[in-house]
Amino acid sequence: MTAGSNGKPETAAKLIVRGLTVFYGEKKAVGPVGLDIVGQHVTALIGPSGCGKSTFLRSLNRMNELIPGCRVEGEVRLDGDPIYGAGIDPVAVRRRIGMVFQRSNPFPKSIKENVAYGLRIGGIGDERDIANRVERALTQAALWEEVKDRLNDSAMGLSGGQQQRLCIARALAVEPEVLLMDEPASALDPIATAHIEELINELSAEYTVVIVTHNMQQAARVADYTAFFYLGELVEFDRTDVLFTKPNDSRTEDYITGRFG
Amino acid sequence: MTVTAPAADRAELARLTARRTRRNLIADGALAVATGAALLIVVVILAVILLDVVRNGAPHISWAFLTEAPREGMTAGGIFPAIVGMVEMVVLMTLAGVPVGVATAIYLHEYASPVSRVTRAIRIAVANLAGVPSIVFGLFGLGFFVQFLGAGIDKVLFHGDKVYGQPAIIWAALTMAVLTLPVVIVATEEALRAVPRELREASLALGATKFQTVFNVVVPQASAGILTGTILAVSRGAGEVAPILFTGAAYFLPLLPRSLSSQFMSPSYHVYVLSTQSPDVDATKPILYATVLVLLLLTFTLNFAAVVVRARMRRRTGAPA
Repeated sequence: MTAGSNGKPETAAKLIVRGLTVFYGEKKAVGPVGLDIVGQHVTALIGPSGCGKSTFLRSLNRMNELIPGCRVEGEVRLDGDPIYGAGIDPVAVRRRIGMVFQRSNPFPKSIKENVAYGLRIGGIGDERDIANRVERALTQAALWEEVKDRLNDSAMGLSGGQQQRLCIARALAVEPEVLLMDEPASALDPIATAHIEELINELSAEYTVVIVTHNMQQAARVADYTAFFYLGELVEFDRTDVLFTKPNDSRTEDYITGRFG
Repeated sequence: MTVTAPAADRAELARLTARRTRRNLIADGALAVATGAALLIVVVILAVILLDVVRNGAPHISWAFLTEAPREGMTAGGIFPAIVGMVEMVVLMTLAGVPVGVATAIYLHEYASPVSRVTRAIRIAVANLAGVPSIVFGLFGLGFFVQFLGAGIDKVLFHGDKVYGQPAIIWAALTMAVLTLPVVIVATEEALRAVPRELREASLALGATKFQTVFNVVVPQASAGILTGTILAVSRGAGEVAPILFTGAAYFLPLLPRSLSSQFMSPSYHVYVLSTQSPDVDATKPILYATVLVLLLLTFTLNFAAVVVRARMRRRTGAPA
């Protein structure tokens, strides 16, 4: 199920997933999933609640193993490097594959220190370097103009949409190659959502973005590729325009036409 | 099929309902009276204690009482050495006990497997530790710290001279540290549990190691809870007598404690001494009341501080993210 079969010139696959299966205890949550995520494009994962799309997303940067009883089988390669396997440090994986969560989760620190956190724990100590990187990340996340005069104020004082953009800036500051987003706009109002979607479009020029969304219009608006998950199974994966106009599978068609979900 | 009941049935039902309502009202009233009476007993006892202590103790409290040593066989003077002794003992106790308690809680909550038998056994042990009578801790302190550890130090470092092999402030503080460990462990674990999972995930997703996440995000977020536990431990430590009875508290000392091997005076032990060992009970009574009042004020203040800190923590962590 590679997406390059439709004739359009493709950037090479950034993430290659083969036979990925996630278990919670004895119960299989999702898989086996095989797909290629194309570099510097946006890939959306859609499907009804409980279909396994978030679980799949979290297995791409090894966040699932923080959940007791969770087990992952199969293979994920980032630019050819396996991310699962003996001797591979999940910390190193997460530095290359960043993540933004459904609920904005800023640290109870200042705006600046939120963005600087990943840099400091990564060993960057030079304050001028940190200040530059913080500004760059906040600019990329389209938040700089709104917060540049109050970088030392608490991040908890920002609005919901600003907090989520701060979380994006925080993830971008450590310069990951891939950005995973788990329903990043589901808790936001329409204006803040529009901001985030615009931002995702801009980010895809530089980053590989994988986004989980409940909202099919959102997938259609932001994603170049879309994967449809249903009952723990990857049903269909294709270019977004193809998937939404000429789905191969009747379940995909039922879902995108609103017959269930 | 009819939906409405016959008129006779309805009248019967109304009669039954009325009777049940009457019966419920009586039961409600009786329960309110009974529970209210129980509450009244508690309030009255508390009020009697407080009134008695304040009425008899307050007139005797003065600057001199707080800053002078006892004189004339405890029938005059103040309790300054006892206050100093308690502060020193509590500081030592905190330095020794809180780091161990906090570290234990961090291990239990962050590193140990939640389903492992060992973890569960340790949790049960901690809970049981909290239920051990304090006199048992006192005997443990005497046996382990004074007679084993202290005597051992003397043998090795002081050629058998009695320096540490006798009751001393350090042994009393260590005994009290053991006694208050469960308070610190339970409070710290509770605080760690209250740290939102989202914050841990945010840190880990940025490529932080577990260690970095625990020390940069989790512990700072839990610091108010850890502080609450520490204050409660201090408050407990300030009031206990039994653990220091055999391990370091002195009846009367002309000098303040100067080293870790000194004995010390403490208000709680002073109360015990004044009430049981005084040569002239009537003469010491005002001093006894005043000492009790000081001790009560101290522990109330500490407990109140713990409540304030906890309320602040709730507000911070409970605020919408």
